[in-house]
Amino acid sequence: MSLKPRVNDKDRIQGNGSADVTIVEYGDYQCPHCGAAHPILKKMMAELGSQIRFVFRNFPLSEMHEYARPAALAAEAAAEQGKFWEMHDAIYENQSSLSTRLFMDLAERLGLDVDNFKSALQDQSVDEKVEGDFESGMMSGVNGTPTFFVNGEKFDGGAEDLVRMLHEN
Amino acid sequence: MLQKNDVAPDFTLYATPDQKIKLSEFKGHNVILAFYPADWSPVCSDQMALYNEMLKYFKKYDAEILGISVDSKWCHLAFAQSRKLHFPLLADFEAKGEVAKKYGVYDEEEGECKRALFVIDKEGVIQWSYLSPTAVNPGADGIIEALENLK
Repeated sequence: MSLKPRVNDKDRIQGNGSADVTIVEYGDYQCPHCGAAHPILKKMMAELGSQIRFVFRNFPLSEMHEYARPAALAAEAAAEQGKFWEMHDAIYENQSSLSTRLFMDLAERLGLDVDNFKSALQDQSVDEKVEGDFESGMMSGVNGTPTFFVNGEKFDGGAEDLVRMLHEN
Repeated sequence: MLQKNDVAPDFTLYATPDQKIKLSEFKGHNVILAFYPADWSPVCSDQMALYNEMLKYFKKYDAEILGISVDSKWCHLAFAQSRKLHFPLLADFEAKGEVAKKYGVYDEEEGECKRALFVIDKEGVIQWSYLSPTAVNPGADGIIEALENLK
């Protein structure tokens, strides 16, 4: 199964933008498996970030996880002030205490303009980004979170398998 | 296993402890039948929970999704409540697996439905079917593509 659409300029990207290896994660901020994968991926990027273009797309399972969607909106709202990855990391690092209040606290801690952040949470464009990510996951055959794609093809395994594969190649 | 252009065999199964659903009642709408082995899959975001997140997309294609397993109506009720599912789970319970057998997706060895998907058009004709390895959650891309092709 392949990634639809391909990585593009709407995506949240870190690492080396022109690397040969592109990894896309579809994740849910409240999913415990994604929470467990987070430090593994952080370490992976610290070690191999110069060789990897890493993309995160939202795949909130809202019926199962109450804060999955609000968290996704918070990260995307922070992106409007250039702090997507900071918010992304902070949410995963506080996964056990997700709440609306937490997102406001994190915005403050990250030095965001909180009023702008609050209004961005209501922006249609922010909502559409999250929705668009989910839709792309659905079309790409995402069947749970986290799901990874390597160079556009679905990767059959978790974060640890991914790191092992990268070290072998 | 039934294939494209086969007429979808009609059936009547319990959807709740006191309500039955008949497939032919859905004539005029598209139907997605999702046969699956058992309620209470341990995987986070299992197949039924995944489809539960996609109901509004299915609606866009005027499609109703029905889950089917050999679990009883009471088991389905508890499972649906626990996972907050907003679509019917049908109990292929008595005679056990009868509907799955008609569709050619019964696993005799395990005594469960295989993991299989059917997209049925508004006339009650199967337009797409897919048998997934039992251990693999097939996701929804195949369903969406099939529904897209019905347009």
